[in-house]
Amino acid sequence: MTMQVTMTVNGEEVSREIEPRLLLVHFLRDEIGLTGTHWGCDTSNCGVCVVLLDGVPAKSCTVLAAMAGGHEIQTVEGMAQGGTLHPVQEGFFQEHGLQCGFCTPAMMLTAQALLEVNPDPSTTEIREAIYGTACRCTGYENIVRAIRWAAEHPALEEVTA
Amino acid sequence: MTATDVPTSPVPTSPVPMSAAGNPIGFGRMLRKEDARFLRGKGNYLDDVNLPGMLHGAILRSPYAHARINSIDISAAQAHPKVRAVITGEVLATLNLAWMPTMSYDTQAVLATDKVRFQGQEVAFVVAEDRYSARDALELVEVDYEVLPAVVDATKALDADAPVIRTDKEGKTDNHIYDWETGDSAACDEVFNRPDVVVSKADILYPRSHPSPMETCGSVASMDPVTGKLTCWITSQAPHAHRTVYALVAGLPEHKIQVISPDIGGGFGNKVPVYPGYVCAVVGTIVTGKPVKWMEDRFENLATTGFARDYHMQGEIAATRDGKILALRTHTLADHGAFNATAQPTKFPAGFFSIFTGSYDLEAAYGKVTAVYTNKAPGGVAYACSFRITEAAYFVERMVDILAHDLQMDPAELRMKNLIRPEQFPYQTKTGWEYDSGDYLVTLQATLDAAGYKELRAEQVENRARYEQTGEGTLLGIGLSFFTEGVGAGPRKHMDILGLGMADGCELRIHPTGKAVIRLSVQTQGQGHETTFAQIVAHELGLPPEDVEVVHGDTDQTPFGLGTYGSRSTPVSGAAAAVVSRRVKEKARIVAAAALECSPSDLEWELGRWQVKGDPEKAKTIQEIALLAHSSLELPEGVEGHLDASAVYNPPNLTYPYGAYLCVVDVDPGTGAVKVRRFIATDDCGPRINPMIVEGQIHGGLAEGIGMALMQVIAFDENGNCLGGSFMDYLLPTSLECPSWELEATVTPSPHHPLGCKGVGESATVGSPAAVVNAVMDALAPLGVRHADMPLTPAQVWLAIQGRPARTDLAFT
Ligand code: FES
Ligand code: FES
Repeated sequence: MTMQVTMTVNGEEVSREIEPRLLLVHFLRDEIGLTGTHWGCDTSNCGVCVVLLDGVPAKSCTVLAAMAGGHEIQTVEGMAQGGTLHPVQEGFFQEHGLQCGFCTPAMMLTAQALLEVNPDPSTTEIREAIYGTACRCTGYENIVRAIRWAAEHPALEEVTA
Repeated sequence: MTATDVPTSPVPTSPVPMSAAGNPIGFGRMLRKEDARFLRGKGNYLDDVNLPGMLHGAILRSPYAHARINSIDISAAQAHPKVRAVITGEVLATLNLAWMPTMSYDTQAVLATDKVRFQGQEVAFVVAEDRYSARDALELVEVDYEVLPAVVDATKALDADAPVIRTDKEGKTDNHIYDWETGDSAACDEVFNRPDVVVSKADILYPRSHPSPMETCGSVASMDPVTGKLTCWITSQAPHAHRTVYALVAGLPEHKIQVISPDIGGGFGNKVPVYPGYVCAVVGTIVTGKPVKWMEDRFENLATTGFARDYHMQGEIAATRDGKILALRTHTLADHGAFNATAQPTKFPAGFFSIFTGSYDLEAAYGKVTAVYTNKAPGGVAYACSFRITEAAYFVERMVDILAHDLQMDPAELRMKNLIRPEQFPYQTKTGWEYDSGDYLVTLQATLDAAGYKELRAEQVENRARYEQTGEGTLLGIGLSFFTEGVGAGPRKHMDILGLGMADGCELRIHPTGKAVIRLSVQTQGQGHETTFAQIVAHELGLPPEDVEVVHGDTDQTPFGLGTYGSRSTPVSGAAAAVVSRRVKEKARIVAAAALECSPSDLEWELGRWQVKGDPEKAKTIQEIALLAHSSLELPEGVEGHLDASAVYNPPNLTYPYGAYLCVVDVDPGTGAVKVRRFIATDDCGPRINPMIVEGQIHGGLAEGIGMALMQVIAFDENGNCLGGSFMDYLLPTSLECPSWELEATVTPSPHHPLGCKGVGESATVGSPAAVVNAVMDALAPLGVRHADMPLTPAQVWLAIQGRPARTDLAFT
């Protein structure tokens, strides 16, 4: 049994014939080839699968693709505009906020969503925002610094233009 | 000497020129080259590898820890419309593949035929058209098991009535693997029997834990039926070693195997071993003629792949009444699980655990390790452990703190009194290691100063007085650890894995236009090799690091070597990179001399150029030389054109990084909750090629230490059910458990490494657990607590306060 699902991914409408049980993470990775979204557990605990669903961080392993129908999804592939990195991406680069890079898309999307509602978060607020995603490499310190960097460089395009 | 009157030495720094792109031409902070793809979601991890016509494999696993397999019925699974193959151990047996060698000269079942020996063991492999169907079909395989009693408690594995696990080994009548000794037992006895010594004893468990990188393990295997070439993408920290093992296991010709290790989402040792799933994927592609992907889920990763630790360490430490440590001994029980599959040097069955004398100058030491089989997953050294140095460092640092507790002595003062003195290096330990260099007192002092140790102790006096009066609030704990590691395995004459010597190759080629490519035998899992190794070439040759391409992780593209684990990339492969660069530099000198019409001995090296001594205007840059080396310039007799070199580096000794860590905790005795308030880490890993990357690695290791000390454990119930098989039960530290790390550095170069570098990848994981546990024990000392085993969960802390800390490896005591 299959069904038709249509959603907006990184601003583009996509439509596929899928099994109703297909998880959003597998839809993004296997059906439309956006492998920047990762998965890391079976129990909705690790958070490396986070995408933005209507602008809010959501674990894409915990959402059926069918449930995302009609909604707007943003993945890491949608962060950079043209050739310009999002300030959060630039912050992760400048502050060495990534090592293996596996948790990085989820961390950066969470940070993007945080800065949209709280443009000048304290380090405590940053730690509270990202605790749903586990990182085994960085010990979180440089991720916190990376997000502070982004908060301090909000209009990156204008600065570098 | 007291804890505060040791002089400090500044970190030496020398100015490094910058490239046009703003990168240091040599050592220094440089943003990572590899980040560009990761930041855009364009990394290429194992599960991102998709080939045309690719099929998906899934493994049926045993629900029981110990059971006889009476029969396996695969007919219903085979009838599933999307299933292409169902492979059992019986099928593998016809190919002579049912068993495979482990890295410790034992054997391990690829797919079980006679019995299952741990929960989660591999029983059948289903290949289907998509990943969901493969999982569906697993449920259609019928296995008739006869459940057997399981050996779960390692301390009972050698009991006369313990069920024998390895009935596959002819004549095996018990669960004993080996006994191994180090040091001098008689010399220890003599010290311990002296009338005036103080002896502290403790039983210390380093429970089973798991590296659990965020990416699980997996493989895509693709056999080209026409050429007979097998290409395997594998989450492998050691692609060359894997290729050789496949050649040995499957009997495939090694030149027809290509192992590609793509981007790896964290390794930490978990991705060193060869797992049955990899072999199944190979069989799957041979059987179906299509590429086959196998990717673990998280349960499979946590419950069946290389675990770490599981050392039960009985310790005794002897000292004079005024705190001069004299001797240390241990009898340790090592739980290796159902197959002895630890990946460590052949002559070191207990890894480098014999470094348990730590950073102290002792008169005598003795250790004995007894290893046993249990009905648990195989493995042992897979977790940033430098071959069991993690266990050793934890053991000695707990013993020293317990001694301080018993002597009523300040633990910093006790360490200061006993640390090896700088003039004693190179230092011969009582268990046979030669520490290359160190200035330990300075490093400990740096940590104490950064922490404000005196002020913290003063605060603790007030804190304890208040608690005693009111019985309310939290208790402040201060924990120290001073560790010494031996990394960079290792000298070929002493160290091999499965007969493969632990040397690493390296190749460097300078293109005619002065751009370079360096090929490594090691493989990054996040350590930033694409940046660091470019910096090594830049440091040696003066090339901008952005002009140096680093190639790694593909056996068809790189020279042989044993891979990245045991903090060996910089100590071994980094040395190879320096040596190969120096060979190129010498060749460049001959070319430059030919072009400048002088003798090579008339030239001197100035970063990036050979110039005539006393006439620096007459010079050739490395880029000019590269073009000349490929040109029609006439070269002296016997000198070949082009500008390249290769090297194999065989380290003369291990390198010995060390560090002093201090952890400050606030413990709530009412709930048992531990809050890490501060963590100060001074590491000495020699010169830092890229301090940003070094600090990042230390941050990560410190978080691991908090995880192991406070949260993570793979425990079992009485039936051998794994209780740590998901992230609901196996708790990883998050951003909220980790403090903002405070790092300091001292720099003591290794005298035998070409760059003086010592390696740092595992230092923080090795050194930090003891600091955290020592801090919690220090907090609880006023309540009469002397020792409790990790992880110090709220429940365990509360039990310790009640005077009955639990065996954390078992759920049933
Ligand atoms: S994959 Fe772990 S939370 Fe989604
Ligand atoms: S960078 Fe590796 S898991 Fe976060």
